[in-house]
Amino acid sequence: MTTVLFYVFAGIAIGAAIGVVISRSPVGSLLFMVTTLAAIAGTFVLMEAHFLAAVQVIVYAGAIMVLFLFVIMLLNLGHEAQRDLKGGAFAVVAAGVGGAMAGMLALQLRGADVAATGAGAEAIAAATAEYGAVGAIARPLYTTYVVPFEITGILLLVAIVGAVVLAKRSDA
Amino acid sequence: MEPISGVPALIAMALKGPIIFGIVMVVVAYTTLAERRVSAWIQDRSGPNRVGPFGLLQPIADGIKNIIKEETLPATASRFFFILAPILVLVPSLVTFAVIPFAAPLPTPWGVVDMVIADLPIGILYVLAFSSLAVYGVVLGGWASNNKYAFLGGLRASAQMVSYEVSLGLSLIAVLMLAGNVTLTEIIWKQQQLGMWFALPLSLAFILFVISAFAETNRLPFDMPEAESELITGYHTEYSAMKFSAFMISEFGHMVTASAMMATLFFGGWDLPGTWDDAFWYQGQLISGFAADGSVILANPAWWKTLLTFAGFGAKTALFLVLYIWVRWTLPRFRYDQVMSLGWKVMLPTALAYMMLIAGTILTLDTIGMTWGFGYGLALTAVSGAATVAFVFFLDRGRTIAGAAAQRAQRVEVKTIPGAVARAGR
Repeated sequence: MTTVLFYVFAGIAIGAAIGVVISRSPVGSLLFMVTTLAAIAGTFVLMEAHFLAAVQVIVYAGAIMVLFLFVIMLLNLGHEAQRDLKGGAFAVVAAGVGGAMAGMLALQLRGADVAATGAGAEAIAAATAEYGAVGAIARPLYTTYVVPFEITGILLLVAIVGAVVLAKRSDA
Repeated sequence: MEPISGVPALIAMALKGPIIFGIVMVVVAYTTLAERRVSAWIQDRSGPNRVGPFGLLQPIADGIKNIIKEETLPATASRFFFILAPILVLVPSLVTFAVIPFAAPLPTPWGVVDMVIADLPIGILYVLAFSSLAVYGVVLGGWASNNKYAFLGGLRASAQMVSYEVSLGLSLIAVLMLAGNVTLTEIIWKQQQLGMWFALPLSLAFILFVISAFAETNRLPFDMPEAESELITGYHTEYSAMKFSAFMISEFGHMVTASAMMATLFFGGWDLPGTWDDAFWYQGQLISGFAADGSVILANPAWWKTLLTFAGFGAKTALFLVLYIWVRWTLPRFRYDQVMSLGWKVMLPTALAYMMLIAGTILTLDTIGMTWGFGYGLALTAVSGAATVAFVFFLDRGRTIAGAAAQRAQRVEVKTIPGAVARAGR
């Protein structure tokens, strides 16, 4: 059952990812992107990473919504975008780079033990049983990795301040 | 009592889903009727009372009407997205109910059945995830209609829902900090253990949550995306028949889910006063509490407890549905800039400050070694109550609380002109 569902989600994710690239309308691309991320969230659920799945949807759904607004505000309404970016040479280069990346991934994963077994899986199951799905992630995040976590927070704050400064400057 | 397992568990699963879905759909249908009847009472009219006794068959008549109406498709709309939008709106509003526990566990000969469709370990995050997806259908519908009113409605909806999602999430953090977990069953259990519902110890979070939920469901006074005096009906202007109905059902579905969430998070969910109905799965046992020496007291589930708690949950949800309708027909609509400034300049800072206050209070109470119970709740109630009074007072700026004296100063007195009286008397 889990294996079947995994292939369903993985198939949707890959199909939609191809859709993002080849879709003619930008809105179509965006919806394919949401589909890809939702399908990846589905595979996270199959791996029992419920929190990651929820955060994947919450964060990316909001982020892509903003992208969505950019697209419909900045591009012509109701007109399909020109295909000027998708020349023959471009397609060959894109396919080459994509193929190379897929090949490297396949090379790395060949023969590797990707199933969730062994000591790591047991440790995860124990932590989840003790602290719950969210606590199992929150505990290491706020104890062992608290410094990198806070630095990421500062980075985001700087980005927000920068965005506000830029928006104000162009306004004046 | 053992939890249900094996084939009976699968059967229970297969039964719970459709039954709850059916109940939610019926409640949604009758909420539309309730809205029309209550609005009629508020405005001193009769409302729809012709179809069936008290108009009770009106939702069925509406449904049949919407099914047999002609579907229209604007010539300039993008066909695929136009049809996709109502689906994208409808699904998130109906699936969120799956994680909300609606009654105490029900004992059966095969084991105890939990009265929740899926008690996910991420509970409330699941609701947030789907509610953040709901805005896609609205924006897509507005965009695909290729109509400027619909488009503006869609844009407003996106801006409003993204803005208020922030304060909604922050007001929830207070609940999560107090409950210590995100699963809704455990949030209810913590309220049972505390001896009071979270609306008291987290009063300001409750107020912020209600306001944000009103904005998230696009209900008056926050119905800017479909403000009919400005935008016809906003994002669903071009929709007719069942596609329009899908938008309508999703709006009411969101209302029902939001009401159920308010009841669960702040009014104890299916919990009724007293400890007779308390039940929670703790290390594989259904317990109703802890004895003084730390040992567990086993719960004693019964079918009448399930029935009573289900009624209690229904009553609480209905209370918030009535609040929704009541507010809609009482308050006028905000201006768009007022919606935005309320969201970013009032709700967000308040939610942040309140989160810090509650975190500090919880830390203090835990440090001085106060045990989880009624006294703990009272201490938090005092702190939250002070914060709530301050919030309401500053938001009100002396308009209502200061009362008649302040209003008299603002009143424009009608001056009597002697000549006018003389003329009137002539």
